[in-house]
Amino acid sequence: MLNVSEIRKDFPMLNNKKMSNYPLIYLDNAATTFKPDCVIDTVVNYYKNYSCNIHRGDYELSYQISDEYDKTRKVVANFINSEDKEVVFTSGASESLNLIAYGYGMNNLTKGDVILTCEAEHASNILPWFKVAEKTGATIEYIPLQNDGVLSIENFKKAMHSNVKVVTLAHISNVLGYVNPIKEITKIAHEYNAIVICDGAQSVPHVKVDVKDLDIDFLAFSGHKMCAATGVGIMYGKYDLLNAMEPFMLGGGSNARFDMCGNIQLKNAPFKFESGTPAIEAVLSIGAAVKYLEKIGMDNIEEYELELKKYAISKIEKLENIICYNSLAETGIITFNVKDVFAQDAACYLNSKGIAVRAGNHCAKILMNTLNTSETIRASFYFYNTYEEVDFFVETLKEVTVENCINILF
Amino acid sequence: MSQYLKDPMFLRQIIMDHYQYPRNHELVNENDEFQLHMASESCIDDITVEIKVEDNKIVHTGFDGVACTIATSSTSIMSELILNKSLDEAVLIINNYLDMVSEKEYDEDMLEEAIAFSTVSKQANRIKCATIGIDGFLKLIEKEIAK
Repeated sequence: MLNVSEIRKDFPMLNNKKMSNYPLIYLDNAATTFKPDCVIDTVVNYYKNYSCNIHRGDYELSYQISDEYDKTRKVVANFINSEDKEVVFTSGASESLNLIAYGYGMNNLTKGDVILTCEAEHASNILPWFKVAEKTGATIEYIPLQNDGVLSIENFKKAMHSNVKVVTLAHISNVLGYVNPIKEITKIAHEYNAIVICDGAQSVPHVKVDVKDLDIDFLAFSGHKMCAATGVGIMYGKYDLLNAMEPFMLGGGSNARFDMCGNIQLKNAPFKFESGTPAIEAVLSIGAAVKYLEKIGMDNIEEYELELKKYAISKIEKLENIICYNSLAETGIITFNVKDVFAQDAACYLNSKGIAVRAGNHCAKILMNTLNTSETIRASFYFYNTYEEVDFFVETLKEVTVENCINILF
Repeated sequence: MSQYLKDPMFLRQIIMDHYQYPRNHELVNENDEFQLHMASESCIDDITVEIKVEDNKIVHTGFDGVACTIATSSTSIMSELILNKSLDEAVLIINNYLDMVSEKEYDEDMLEEAIAFSTVSKQANRIKCATIGIDGFLKLIEKEIAK
């Protein structure tokens, strides 16, 4: 069991921070998360005490920070149970997913090949594949979702066939918070010799992700959604696949040597993907964040968030003015609307009481077809949210009416 | 201007009324030359506005779409304000409105019910809502003037 009140002391943003003159209740953790002191200190420590580039200098400070940088790769690899050399630092999950599409898809797919995905995917996991399809002649097919938005293994089986070369899906949907059966999907996809790309942006921060156990071929996730700094993410890939990929950016750091005839000898993965000076402090911060999460325990985090979600749902279900779209999703994401109130109006009312949520058409297609609404409100928890915050959130939801939403203007 | 337009209770009712019963809330032009689709980059407001102009005068306004209380009611109010006005008069009204919501000097007599949004700048994230449809009208009018 987590000691949340102790945990909260680690986060400056959770100590006496106010919004709209109310104590801040931050329920937009699917967008980004707050940082504990150990992460902030790591960033500051880099600039105060090192500030040198990595892998360049023949001097002590550069050597020391390069060593820390390389150790961070080990920390991340251990966290997801991969080899060190299978961990590529990127700027975030979006770059990771783009790198997979451009680096692998663009070079390995041809006309007649099929990319299989679903309608609930985040733009970062679908738009790059539109480009791959356009350039290679491959086509994109969608696994139909159930009426409640769930991606079932049965529907996946029906959609899978021998022309499918790439299956790309979120581990946990950012819209509805359902956990996709990635392990079973991967097993079946591999029987068809298709590779599986897993968007872990919403899963890696919240549940234990073991790339060997899931047997996924690629994994993408962001540091800032798991307490690390912004500007860093991870692309994991099985090593033989990384070797079959081209970097989509070249420059210093990624090549071993080149000559004036245009011959380039790239370094081996992961270094061939890491051109230019990275966000060194952000990379170091992901190491601090992983250690922090491991100290709390990913199993504890998963369990606590699910309990908090269930507690919130049990209260929200009693409210007559709320429509909840994903009561059964077993993660800390609640997708809902207030009856007869436009999502953004409701979110602005919550803001006036210090509560941060996200209103939007997170993925228009699934919402329109599956949920019969064009926009929703998303409240998303992290391990530092409390039962008291849920209580205040639920009490405030009772007050959301069109009249009250307009009143906040005056 | 009349005193009651300074009463917050009354201003609230204006917004509420235009949100629940938006005026000119349909698109009739089939020719999209007179239509403009306005989709917010920062939020989910998504509005299409249209005007029809005869002899330099706006003889029809309309709008439709998915939008919040502020975007819907502000567009509704403006659709009435600029109706039957000359293009130049309409530009003047709209610019005056835009000045109001960005906290500049403005002439309140020109704005009638739109005065309800005089405090919208207190919620900086809603200024876009209060201008999305109106910016659309302005763009259409400027296009007509440029003809």
